[in-house]
Amino acid sequence: MNPLDLVRAEPGPAFTVTLDGREVEALPGQTVAAALWTAGVTSWRTTRGEGRPRGIFCGIGVCFDCLVTVNDRPNQRACLVPLRPGDAIRTQEGTGHDE
Amino acid sequence: MSEPSLAVIGAGPAGLAATLAAAARGIRVTLIDSAPEAGGQFYRQPAPGLGARRPQALHHQWRTWERLRDRLRTHVRAGTVRHLTDHHVWFVERRGAARLTVHALTGPEQAEAAEVHADAVLLATGGYEKVLPFPGWTLPGVVTAGGAQAMLKGGLVLPGRTAVVAGTGPLLLPVATGLAAAGATVAALVDSADPAAFVRRSRALAARPDKVVEGAGYAGRLLRHRVRTFLHHTVVAAHGAERLEAVTVAALDRNGRVRPDTRRRLDCDTLAVGHGMLPHTDLADALGCRVDGTAVHVDDEQRTDVPGVWAAGETTGIGGSALSLAEGHIAGRSIAARLAGRTPDPASWAAAARTRERLRAFFAAVDSVYAPPAHWAEQVTDETVVCRCEEVPAGAVREAVRELGAGDLRTVKLLTRAGMGWCQGRVCGPGVAGIAGCEQSAGRRPFARPVPLGVLARAGESEESA
Repeated sequence: MNPLDLVRAEPGPAFTVTLDGREVEALPGQTVAAALWTAGVTSWRTTRGEGRPRGIFCGIGVCFDCLVTVNDRPNQRACLVPLRPGDAIRTQEGTGHDE
Repeated sequence: MSEPSLAVIGAGPAGLAATLAAAARGIRVTLIDSAPEAGGQFYRQPAPGLGARRPQALHHQWRTWERLRDRLRTHVRAGTVRHLTDHHVWFVERRGAARLTVHALTGPEQAEAAEVHADAVLLATGGYEKVLPFPGWTLPGVVTAGGAQAMLKGGLVLPGRTAVVAGTGPLLLPVATGLAAAGATVAALVDSADPAAFVRRSRALAARPDKVVEGAGYAGRLLRHRVRTFLHHTVVAAHGAERLEAVTVAALDRNGRVRPDTRRRLDCDTLAVGHGMLPHTDLADALGCRVDGTAVHVDDEQRTDVPGVWAAGETTGIGGSALSLAEGHIAGRSIAARLAGRTPDPASWAAAARTRERLRAFFAAVDSVYAPPAHWAEQVTDETVVCRCEEVPAGAVREAVRELGAGDLRTVKLLTRAGMGWCQGRVCGPGVAGIAGCEQSAGRRPFARPVPLGVLARAGESEESA
Protein backbone atom coordinates (compact mmCIF):
# COMPACT_ATOMS: atom_id res chain seq x y z
CA MET A 1 0.00 0.00 0.00
CA ASN A 2 1.06 3.58 -0.63
CA PRO A 3 -0.86 6.84 -0.10
CA LEU A 4 -1.89 7.14 -3.77
CA ASP A 5 -3.34 3.60 -3.77
CA LEU A 6 -5.05 4.17 -0.43
CA VAL A 7 -7.21 6.96 -1.88
CA ARG A 8 -7.35 5.33 -5.35
CA ALA A 9 -5.67 8.34 -6.91
CA GLU A 10 -5.67 8.85 -10.65
CA PRO A 11 -3.33 11.82 -10.87
CA GLY A 12 -3.02 14.04 -13.91
CA PRO A 13 0.14 13.58 -15.97
CA ALA A 14 3.40 13.86 -14.05
CA PHE A 15 5.76 16.68 -15.00
CA THR A 16 9.38 17.55 -14.46
CA VAL A 17 10.98 20.16 -12.23
CA THR A 18 14.61 20.47 -11.25
CA LEU A 19 16.34 20.30 -7.89
CA ASP A 20 19.80 21.89 -8.22
CA GLY A 21 19.64 21.07 -11.92
CA ARG A 22 18.72 17.42 -11.40
CA GLU A 23 15.37 16.35 -12.83
CA VAL A 24 12.67 15.41 -10.32
CA GLU A 25 9.20 14.18 -11.18
CA ALA A 26 6.16 15.87 -9.64
CA LEU A 27 2.41 15.25 -9.70
CA PRO A 28 -0.07 18.05 -10.38
CA GLY A 29 -1.08 19.90 -7.22
CA GLN A 30 1.83 18.67 -5.13
CA THR A 31 3.83 21.19 -3.16
CA VAL A 32 7.60 21.51 -3.45
CA ALA A 33 7.92 19.52 -0.22
CA ALA A 34 5.61 16.70 -1.35
CA ALA A 35 7.54 16.21 -4.59
CA LEU A 36 10.88 16.25 -2.79
CA TRP A 37 9.66 13.70 -0.22
CA THR A 38 8.53 11.46 -3.09
CA ALA A 39 12.03 11.77 -4.57
CA GLY A 40 13.47 10.66 -1.23
CA VAL A 41 14.82 14.11 -0.34
CA THR A 42 14.05 15.20 3.23
CA SER A 43 16.38 18.19 3.65
CA TRP A 44 16.95 21.10 1.27
CA ARG A 45 18.52 23.89 3.19
CA THR A 46 21.25 24.52 5.75
CA THR A 47 20.92 26.93 8.63
CA ARG A 48 22.51 30.38 8.84
CA GLY A 49 24.50 29.75 11.99
CA GLU A 50 25.59 26.14 12.21
CA GLY A 51 25.03 25.03 8.61
CA ARG A 52 22.78 22.21 9.79
CA PRO A 53 20.38 20.45 7.39
CA ARG A 54 16.65 21.17 7.60
CA GLY A 55 13.48 20.16 5.77
CA ILE A 56 9.82 19.82 6.69
CA PHE A 57 8.93 20.20 10.35
CA CYS A 58 5.39 21.57 10.88
CA GLY A 59 4.08 20.92 7.36
CA ILE A 60 1.45 23.70 7.58
CA GLY A 61 3.36 26.95 7.10
CA VAL A 62 3.95 27.88 10.74
CA CYS A 63 7.59 27.00 11.46
CA PHE A 64 9.53 28.24 8.36
CA ASP A 65 11.99 25.36 8.69
CA CYS A 66 11.38 24.16 5.12
CA LEU A 67 12.62 27.32 3.36
CA VAL A 68 13.86 26.79 -0.18
CA THR A 69 14.73 28.79 -3.30
CA VAL A 70 12.07 28.51 -6.01
CA ASN A 71 12.78 30.09 -9.42
CA ASP A 72 15.48 32.31 -7.89
CA ARG A 73 13.22 33.52 -5.05
CA PRO A 74 14.79 32.44 -1.75
CA ASN A 75 12.98 31.68 1.52
CA GLN A 76 9.81 30.15 0.09
CA ARG A 77 8.02 27.67 2.34
CA ALA A 78 8.28 24.32 0.54
CA CYS A 79 5.20 22.99 2.38
CA LEU A 80 2.97 25.70 0.87
CA VAL A 81 4.27 26.39 -2.64
CA PRO A 82 2.60 24.29 -5.36
CA LEU A 83 4.88 23.16 -8.18
CA ARG A 84 4.44 24.04 -11.83
CA PRO A 85 6.14 22.32 -14.77
CA GLY A 86 9.69 23.52 -15.27
CA ASP A 87 10.08 25.07 -11.81
CA ALA A 88 13.71 25.31 -10.71
CA ILE A 89 14.20 24.40 -7.05
CA ARG A 90 17.53 25.14 -5.45
CA THR A 91 18.72 24.00 -2.05
CA GLN A 92 19.34 27.02 0.10
CA GLU A 93 22.34 27.92 2.23
CA GLY A 94 22.02 30.38 5.09
CA THR A 95 19.81 33.35 4.30
CA GLY A 96 19.47 32.35 0.64
CA HIS A 97 20.88 35.74 -0.38
CA ASP A 98 24.55 34.78 -0.21
CA GLU A 99 25.12 33.76 -3.81
CA MET B 1 -28.44 50.22 1.89
CA SER B 2 -26.69 46.89 1.31
CA GLU B 3 -27.27 43.92 3.59
CA PRO B 4 -24.84 43.50 6.50
CA SER B 5 -21.58 41.71 5.75
CA LEU B 6 -19.37 39.27 7.64
CA ALA B 7 -15.77 38.30 6.99
CA VAL B 8 -14.93 34.79 8.24
CA ILE B 9 -11.21 34.10 8.56
CA GLY B 10 -10.46 30.38 8.27
CA ALA B 11 -12.39 27.71 6.35
CA GLY B 12 -12.00 24.87 8.82
CA PRO B 13 -14.92 23.40 10.78
CA ALA B 14 -15.57 26.54 12.87
CA GLY B 15 -15.37 28.96 9.94
CA LEU B 16 -17.53 26.76 7.72
CA ALA B 17 -20.23 26.28 10.35
CA ALA B 18 -20.35 30.02 11.03
CA THR B 19 -20.41 30.88 7.33
CA LEU B 20 -23.35 28.55 6.68
CA ALA B 21 -25.31 29.67 9.74
CA ALA B 22 -24.88 33.36 8.94
CA ALA B 23 -25.46 33.06 5.18
CA ALA B 24 -28.67 31.09 5.76
CA ARG B 25 -29.92 34.08 7.77
CA GLY B 26 -29.37 36.72 5.14
CA ILE B 27 -25.82 37.85 5.94
CA ARG B 28 -23.44 38.43 3.05
CA VAL B 29 -20.36 36.36 3.95
CA THR B 30 -16.81 36.50 2.64
CA LEU B 31 -14.96 33.33 3.66
CA ILE B 32 -11.21 33.95 3.58
CA ASP B 33 -8.73 31.07 3.76
CA SER B 34 -5.07 30.42 2.97
CA ALA B 35 -5.62 26.98 1.45
CA PRO B 36 -6.62 26.31 -2.16
CA GLU B 37 -9.73 24.51 -0.86
CA ALA B 38 -11.99 24.71 2.17
CA GLY B 39 -11.61 22.23 5.04
CA GLY B 40 -8.86 23.55 7.29
CA GLN B 41 -6.38 21.09 8.74
CA PHE B 42 -8.98 18.58 9.94
CA TYR B 43 -10.65 18.30 6.53
CA ARG B 44 -7.50 19.01 4.50
CA GLN B 45 -8.13 17.83 0.95
CA PRO B 46 -5.74 16.24 -1.53
CA ALA B 47 -4.94 18.65 -4.39
CA PRO B 48 -7.54 18.13 -7.16
CA GLY B 49 -4.77 17.31 -9.67
CA LEU B 50 -3.98 14.18 -7.66
CA GLY B 51 -7.35 12.73 -8.64
CA ALA B 52 -8.16 11.03 -5.34
CA ARG B 53 -11.29 8.94 -5.85
CA ARG B 54 -11.53 7.85 -2.20
CA PRO B 55 -10.10 10.78 -0.18
CA GLN B 56 -12.26 9.65 2.75
CA ALA B 57 -9.75 6.82 3.35
CA LEU B 58 -7.57 9.42 5.09
CA HIS B 59 -10.41 11.15 6.94
CA HIS B 60 -12.83 11.03 9.82
CA GLN B 61 -16.44 12.21 9.87
CA TRP B 62 -16.46 12.33 6.08
CA ARG B 63 -20.23 12.70 5.84
CA THR B 64 -20.13 15.82 7.97
CA TRP B 65 -17.53 17.22 5.59
CA GLU B 66 -19.65 16.37 2.54
CA ARG B 67 -22.61 18.21 4.02
CA LEU B 68 -20.49 21.27 4.84
CA ARG B 69 -18.85 21.25 1.40
CA ASP B 70 -22.14 20.86 -0.47
CA ARG B 71 -23.88 23.61 1.45
CA LEU B 72 -20.90 25.91 0.91
CA ARG B 73 -21.02 25.22 -2.85
CA THR B 74 -24.74 26.00 -2.92
CA HIS B 75 -24.18 29.34 -1.20
CA VAL B 76 -21.24 30.22 -3.44
CA ARG B 77 -23.31 29.44 -6.55
CA ALA B 78 -26.20 31.51 -5.20
CA GLY B 79 -23.84 34.42 -4.54
CA THR B 80 -24.60 34.55 -0.82
CA VAL B 81 -21.04 33.49 0.07
CA ARG B 82 -17.83 34.65 -1.55
CA HIS B 83 -15.00 32.14 -0.92
CA LEU B 84 -11.52 33.65 -1.23
CA THR B 85 -8.89 30.87 -1.41
CA ASP B 86 -5.09 31.32 -1.22
CA HIS B 87 -5.60 34.45 0.87
CA HIS B 88 -3.16 34.68 3.76
CA VAL B 89 -4.54 37.12 6.33
CA TRP B 90 -1.84 39.11 8.10
CA PHE B 91 -3.85 41.81 9.90
CA VAL B 92 -7.38 42.91 10.79
CA GLU B 93 -8.06 46.53 11.67
CA ARG B 94 -10.94 48.74 12.64
CA ARG B 95 -11.75 51.66 10.36
CA GLY B 96 -14.16 54.05 11.94
CA ALA B 97 -16.81 53.02 14.42
CA ALA B 98 -18.31 49.92 12.88
CA ARG B 99 -16.22 48.83 9.90
CA LEU B 100 -13.47 46.24 9.89
CA THR B 101 -10.80 45.70 7.26
CA VAL B 102 -9.13 42.34 6.70
CA HIS B 103 -5.70 42.50 5.05
CA ALA B 104 -4.45 39.45 3.15
CA LEU B 105 -1.57 38.45 0.89
CA THR B 106 -2.28 36.56 -2.28
CA GLY B 107 -0.75 35.54 -5.58
CA PRO B 108 1.83 32.80 -6.26
CA GLU B 109 4.50 34.73 -4.40
CA GLN B 110 2.17 36.04 -1.71
CA ALA B 111 3.20 39.57 -2.52
CA GLU B 112 -0.10 41.00 -3.76
CA ALA B 113 -2.40 42.77 -1.36
CA ALA B 114 -6.11 42.06 -0.90
CA GLU B 115 -8.54 43.83 1.42
CA VAL B 116 -11.99 42.80 2.59
CA HIS B 117 -14.30 45.25 4.36
CA ALA B 118 -17.04 43.96 6.64
CA ASP B 119 -19.40 44.91 9.46
CA ALA B 120 -18.28 41.92 11.55
CA VAL B 121 -15.36 39.51 11.62
CA LEU B 122 -15.23 35.94 12.84
CA LEU B 123 -11.78 34.68 13.78
CA ALA B 124 -11.67 30.95 13.06
CA THR B 125 -7.92 30.72 12.69
CA GLY B 126 -7.50 27.30 14.31
CA GLY B 127 -4.42 26.03 16.06
CA TYR B 128 -1.06 24.44 15.46
CA GLU B 129 1.00 21.78 17.07
CA LYS B 130 3.10 22.20 20.18
CA VAL B 131 6.41 20.31 20.22
CA LEU B 132 8.76 20.36 23.18
CA PRO B 133 12.49 20.15 22.40
CA PHE B 134 14.76 17.13 22.95
CA PRO B 135 18.26 16.31 21.68
CA GLY B 136 18.10 15.68 17.94
CA TRP B 137 14.67 17.22 17.29
CA THR B 138 16.06 19.46 14.53
CA LEU B 139 17.20 16.50 12.39
CA PRO B 140 15.48 16.09 9.03
CA GLY B 141 13.06 13.20 9.41
CA VAL B 142 11.72 14.58 12.69
CA VAL B 143 8.35 16.17 11.86
CA THR B 144 5.35 17.23 13.87
CA ALA B 145 2.64 14.57 14.12
CA GLY B 146 0.13 16.93 12.56
CA GLY B 147 2.64 17.89 9.87
CA ALA B 148 3.09 14.26 8.83
CA GLN B 149 -0.69 13.99 8.64
CA ALA B 150 -1.06 17.23 6.68
CA MET B 151 1.53 16.14 4.10
CA LEU B 152 -0.24 12.80 3.80
CA LYS B 153 -3.76 14.27 3.47
CA GLY B 154 -2.80 17.11 1.14
CA GLY B 155 0.11 15.75 -0.91
CA LEU B 156 -0.44 11.99 -0.55
CA VAL B 157 3.17 11.50 0.53
CA LEU B 158 5.01 9.83 3.39
CA PRO B 159 8.21 11.16 4.95
CA GLY B 160 9.90 7.75 5.04
CA ARG B 161 9.33 4.02 5.43
CA THR B 162 9.61 3.40 9.16
CA ALA B 163 8.04 5.81 11.60
CA VAL B 164 7.85 6.28 15.34
CA VAL B 165 4.90 8.38 16.52
CA ALA B 166 5.56 9.97 19.89
CA GLY B 167 4.67 12.64 22.41
CA THR B 168 1.30 12.97 24.03
CA GLY B 169 -2.29 13.71 23.12
CA PRO B 170 -5.23 12.31 21.18
CA LEU B 171 -3.78 13.38 17.79
CA LEU B 172 -1.13 10.64 17.98
CA LEU B 173 -3.74 7.91 17.39
CA PRO B 174 -5.08 9.06 14.00
CA VAL B 175 -1.53 9.95 12.92
CA ALA B 176 -0.16 6.48 13.76
CA THR B 177 -3.08 4.63 12.17
CA GLY B 178 -3.11 6.98 9.15
CA LEU B 179 0.61 6.51 8.44
CA ALA B 180 0.21 2.73 8.81
CA ALA B 181 -2.82 2.60 6.50
CA ALA B 182 -0.86 4.59 3.88
CA GLY B 183 1.93 2.01 3.88
CA ALA B 184 4.46 3.18 6.46
CA THR B 185 5.76 0.74 9.03
CA VAL B 186 4.90 2.30 12.38
CA ALA B 187 7.56 0.88 14.66
CA ALA B 188 6.05 2.31 17.83
CA LEU B 189 3.46 4.65 19.31
CA VAL B 190 5.03 6.30 22.35
CA ASP B 191 2.79 8.29 24.70
CA SER B 192 3.97 9.81 27.95
CA ALA B 193 0.40 9.62 29.27
CA ASP B 194 -1.84 6.62 29.70
CA PRO B 195 -5.30 6.81 28.13
CA ALA B 196 -6.45 4.44 30.89
CA ALA B 197 -6.30 7.48 33.14
CA PHE B 198 -9.59 8.40 31.49
CA VAL B 199 -11.26 5.61 33.38
CA ARG B 200 -10.77 7.71 36.47
CA ARG B 201 -12.63 10.53 34.77
CA SER B 202 -15.83 8.70 34.17
CA ARG B 203 -17.98 11.84 34.24
CA ALA B 204 -16.29 13.45 31.22
CA LEU B 205 -16.32 10.12 29.41
CA ALA B 206 -19.95 9.31 30.19
CA ALA B 207 -20.89 12.61 28.58
CA ARG B 208 -19.24 11.56 25.30
CA PRO B 209 -19.83 7.86 24.58
CA ASP B 210 -18.91 8.55 20.93
CA LYS B 211 -15.37 9.34 22.05
CA VAL B 212 -15.12 5.97 23.82
CA VAL B 213 -16.14 4.22 20.60
CA GLU B 214 -13.65 6.34 18.63
CA GLY B 215 -10.84 5.36 21.03
CA ALA B 216 -11.72 1.67 20.79
CA GLY B 217 -11.64 1.93 16.99
CA TYR B 218 -8.09 3.28 17.09
CA ALA B 219 -7.01 0.52 19.48
CA GLY B 220 -8.28 -2.07 17.00
CA ARG B 221 -6.45 -0.45 14.10
CA LEU B 222 -3.19 -0.25 16.05
CA LEU B 223 -3.47 -4.00 16.72
CA ARG B 224 -4.24 -4.75 13.09
CA HIS B 225 -1.17 -2.83 11.92
CA ARG B 226 0.90 -4.45 14.69
CA VAL B 227 1.93 -1.09 16.15
CA ARG B 228 3.73 -1.53 19.44
CA THR B 229 2.43 0.91 22.03
CA PHE B 230 4.61 2.28 24.80
CA LEU B 231 2.59 4.14 27.44
CA HIS B 232 4.27 6.18 30.20
CA HIS B 233 7.22 6.42 27.81
CA THR B 234 8.93 9.38 26.22
CA VAL B 235 11.42 10.09 23.44
CA VAL B 236 14.74 10.95 25.07
CA ALA B 237 16.74 11.67 21.91
CA ALA B 238 16.71 11.45 18.13
CA HIS B 239 19.90 10.17 16.47
CA GLY B 240 21.49 10.64 13.07
CA ALA B 241 24.15 12.63 11.24
CA GLU B 242 22.43 14.35 8.31
CA ARG B 243 19.02 12.79 8.88
CA LEU B 244 17.14 10.71 11.41
CA GLU B 245 18.33 7.12 11.88
CA ALA B 246 16.93 6.10 15.27
CA VAL B 247 15.33 7.34 18.46
CA THR B 248 15.87 6.44 22.10
CA VAL B 249 12.74 6.02 24.18
CA ALA B 250 12.50 5.38 27.90
CA ALA B 251 9.88 4.70 30.54
CA LEU B 252 8.75 7.41 32.95
CA ASP B 253 8.41 7.03 36.69
CA ARG B 254 5.34 8.18 38.57
CA ASN B 255 6.75 11.69 38.94
CA GLY B 256 7.32 12.09 35.22
CA ARG B 257 11.09 11.48 35.31
CA VAL B 258 12.94 9.21 32.90
CA ARG B 259 13.92 5.84 34.38
CA PRO B 260 17.51 5.49 33.11
CA ASP B 261 17.57 1.67 33.10
CA THR B 262 14.69 1.52 30.61
CA ARG B 263 16.24 3.24 27.59
CA ARG B 264 15.83 1.44 24.30
CA ARG B 265 16.84 2.39 20.78
CA LEU B 266 14.35 2.10 17.92
CA ASP B 267 15.53 2.30 14.31
CA CYS B 268 13.38 4.64 12.19
CA ASP B 269 13.70 7.24 9.44
CA THR B 270 10.71 9.28 10.61
CA LEU B 271 9.69 10.59 14.00
CA ALA B 272 6.24 12.18 14.09
CA VAL B 273 6.10 14.01 17.39
CA GLY B 274 3.63 16.29 19.16
CA HIS B 275 2.76 17.44 22.68
CA GLY B 276 -0.68 18.93 22.16
CA MET B 277 -1.96 22.00 20.35
CA LEU B 278 -1.86 25.77 20.68
CA PRO B 279 -4.43 28.30 19.43
CA HIS B 280 -3.56 30.88 16.76
CA THR B 281 -4.26 34.19 18.52
CA ASP B 282 -2.25 36.74 16.50
CA LEU B 283 -5.18 38.46 14.77
CA ALA B 284 -7.22 38.60 17.98
CA ASP B 285 -4.30 40.01 19.90
CA ALA B 286 -3.59 42.68 17.27
CA LEU B 287 -7.26 43.73 17.40
CA GLY B 288 -6.97 44.12 21.15
CA CYS B 289 -9.16 41.14 22.06
CA ARG B 290 -8.69 39.68 25.52
CA VAL B 291 -6.54 36.55 25.41
CA ASP B 292 -6.66 34.30 28.50
CA GLY B 293 -3.49 32.24 28.81
CA THR B 294 -3.07 31.00 25.25
CA ALA B 295 -6.70 31.23 24.01
CA VAL B 296 -9.01 34.02 22.84
CA HIS B 297 -11.65 34.86 25.46
CA VAL B 298 -15.26 34.66 24.26
CA ASP B 299 -18.69 34.99 25.87
CA ASP B 300 -21.64 32.59 25.50
CA GLU B 301 -22.34 33.99 22.01
CA GLN B 302 -18.68 33.49 20.97
CA ARG B 303 -18.14 37.25 21.03
CA THR B 304 -14.70 38.59 21.91
CA ASP B 305 -14.60 41.73 24.04
CA VAL B 306 -13.96 43.85 20.92
CA PRO B 307 -17.23 44.99 19.28
CA GLY B 308 -17.85 43.37 15.91
CA VAL B 309 -15.30 40.59 16.46
CA TRP B 310 -16.35 36.99 17.16
CA ALA B 311 -14.08 33.93 17.58
CA ALA B 312 -14.77 30.19 17.33
CA GLY B 313 -12.94 26.89 17.17
CA GLU B 314 -9.38 26.12 18.29
CA THR B 315 -8.47 29.81 18.57
CA THR B 316 -10.69 29.96 21.66
CA GLY B 317 -9.20 26.77 23.13
CA ILE B 318 -8.25 23.36 21.77
CA GLY B 319 -11.17 20.97 21.53
CA GLY B 320 -11.37 19.27 18.15
CA SER B 321 -13.67 19.50 15.16
CA ALA B 322 -17.03 18.76 16.81
CA LEU B 323 -16.53 21.56 19.33
CA SER B 324 -15.38 23.87 16.51
CA LEU B 325 -18.55 23.10 14.55
CA ALA B 326 -20.75 23.86 17.56
CA GLU B 327 -18.93 27.12 18.34
CA GLY B 328 -19.01 28.20 14.70
CA HIS B 329 -22.72 27.51 14.46
CA ILE B 330 -23.43 29.58 17.58
CA ALA B 331 -21.20 32.41 16.34
CA GLY B 332 -22.91 32.48 12.94
CA ARG B 333 -26.37 32.71 14.52
CA SER B 334 -25.24 35.35 16.99
CA ILE B 335 -23.66 37.44 14.23
CA ALA B 336 -26.79 37.20 12.04
CA ALA B 337 -28.99 38.45 14.86
CA ARG B 338 -26.63 41.20 16.06
CA LEU B 339 -26.03 42.56 12.54
CA ALA B 340 -29.80 42.70 12.05
CA GLY B 341 -30.03 44.76 15.21
CA ARG B 342 -31.67 42.02 17.27
CA THR B 343 -30.67 40.37 20.52
CA PRO B 344 -30.24 36.68 19.74
CA ASP B 345 -32.24 34.06 21.63
CA PRO B 346 -29.81 31.46 23.06
CA ALA B 347 -32.66 28.93 23.05
CA SER B 348 -32.33 28.87 19.26
CA TRP B 349 -28.91 27.23 19.57
CA ALA B 350 -29.56 25.15 22.70
CA ALA B 351 -28.39 21.86 21.14
CA ALA B 352 -25.10 23.38 19.97
CA ALA B 353 -24.62 24.97 23.39
CA ARG B 354 -25.08 21.59 25.09
CA THR B 355 -22.52 20.04 22.72
CA ARG B 356 -20.16 22.91 23.44
CA GLU B 357 -20.51 22.49 27.21
CA ARG B 358 -19.91 18.73 27.11
CA LEU B 359 -16.96 18.93 24.76
CA ARG B 360 -15.28 21.70 26.74
CA ALA B 361 -15.56 19.50 29.84
CA PHE B 362 -14.28 16.52 27.89
CA PHE B 363 -11.24 18.37 26.57
CA ALA B 364 -10.47 19.81 29.99
CA ALA B 365 -10.14 16.15 31.06
CA VAL B 366 -8.06 15.41 27.95
CA ASP B 367 -5.70 18.24 28.85
CA SER B 368 -5.14 16.97 32.37
CA VAL B 369 -4.56 13.36 31.23
CA TYR B 370 -2.30 14.21 28.30
CA ALA B 371 0.03 16.67 30.00
CA PRO B 372 3.67 16.38 28.90
CA PRO B 373 5.93 14.62 31.45
CA ALA B 374 6.47 16.91 34.41
CA HIS B 375 10.28 16.83 34.19
CA TRP B 376 10.73 16.84 30.41
CA ALA B 377 13.12 19.80 30.54
CA GLU B 378 15.69 17.72 32.47
CA GLN B 379 16.27 15.67 29.31
CA VAL B 380 17.16 18.74 27.26
CA THR B 381 20.96 19.04 27.20
CA ASP B 382 22.64 22.48 27.18
CA GLU B 383 23.73 21.87 23.57
CA THR B 384 20.19 21.12 22.32
CA VAL B 385 18.90 23.85 20.01
CA VAL B 386 15.58 25.04 21.45
CA CYS B 387 14.82 27.97 19.09
CA ARG B 388 15.01 26.36 15.67
CA CYS B 389 15.09 29.62 13.67
CA GLU B 390 17.79 31.45 15.61
CA GLU B 391 19.60 28.25 16.69
CA VAL B 392 19.61 29.16 20.37
CA PRO B 393 20.80 26.29 22.59
CA ALA B 394 19.12 25.43 25.88
CA GLY B 395 22.31 26.40 27.69
CA ALA B 396 21.93 30.01 26.57
CA VAL B 397 18.36 30.13 27.88
CA ARG B 398 19.46 28.65 31.20
CA GLU B 399 22.30 31.15 31.44
CA ALA B 400 19.91 34.04 30.75
CA VAL B 401 17.78 32.89 33.67
CA ARG B 402 20.57 31.94 36.07
CA GLU B 403 23.21 34.60 35.38
CA LEU B 404 21.24 37.48 33.91
CA GLY B 405 18.01 37.28 35.90
CA ALA B 406 15.56 36.72 33.03
CA GLY B 407 12.21 35.70 34.49
CA ASP B 408 9.80 35.82 31.55
CA LEU B 409 9.71 34.88 27.88
CA ARG B 410 10.16 38.44 26.66
CA THR B 411 13.37 38.98 28.63
CA VAL B 412 14.72 35.57 27.58
CA LYS B 413 14.02 36.58 23.98
CA LEU B 414 15.82 39.92 24.31
CA LEU B 415 18.86 38.28 25.91
CA THR B 416 19.15 35.18 23.72
CA ARG B 417 17.19 35.88 20.47
CA ALA B 418 15.00 32.81 21.21
CA GLY B 419 11.74 33.62 19.41
CA MET B 420 13.11 36.40 17.19
CA GLY B 421 13.38 34.36 14.00
CA TRP B 422 11.07 33.50 11.12
CA CYS B 423 8.39 31.76 13.16
CA GLN B 424 8.36 34.53 15.81
CA GLY B 425 8.43 32.09 18.71
CA ARG B 426 5.41 30.07 17.64
CA VAL B 427 7.42 26.84 17.70
CA CYS B 428 9.92 27.50 20.50
CA GLY B 429 7.60 29.36 22.92
CA PRO B 430 6.49 26.38 25.03
CA GLY B 431 9.98 24.83 25.02
CA VAL B 432 11.77 28.02 26.01
CA ALA B 433 9.19 28.73 28.73
CA GLY B 434 9.63 25.22 30.15
CA ILE B 435 13.42 25.44 30.18
CA ALA B 436 13.39 28.95 31.62
CA GLY B 437 10.84 27.89 34.22
CA CYS B 438 8.50 30.77 33.38
CA GLU B 439 4.91 30.99 32.25
CA GLN B 440 3.97 30.40 28.64
CA SER B 441 1.94 33.37 27.52
CA ALA B 442 0.41 33.95 24.10
CA GLY B 443 3.00 35.59 21.90
CA ARG B 444 2.42 39.25 20.98
CA ARG B 445 3.08 39.72 17.30
CA PRO B 446 1.99 42.77 15.34
CA PHE B 447 1.28 40.75 12.18
CA ALA B 448 0.12 37.19 11.74
CA ARG B 449 2.68 36.47 9.00
CA PRO B 450 5.61 38.15 7.26
CA VAL B 451 4.49 41.06 5.05
CA PRO B 452 6.47 42.58 2.15
CA LEU B 453 7.37 46.17 3.05
CA GLY B 454 5.75 47.48 -0.15
CA VAL B 455 2.43 45.90 0.81
CA LEU B 456 2.70 47.30 4.31
CA ALA B 457 3.46 50.79 2.98
CA ARG B 458 0.40 50.80 0.72
CA ALA B 459 -2.03 49.15 3.16
CA GLY B 460 -5.05 51.32 3.80
CA GLU B 461 -4.72 53.40 0.64
CA SER B 462 -7.58 51.68 -1.18
CA GLU B 463 -11.04 53.23 -1.16
CA GLU B 464 -13.68 51.67 1.02
CA SER B 465 -15.69 49.94 -1.69
CA ALA B 466 -17.39 46.83 -0.37
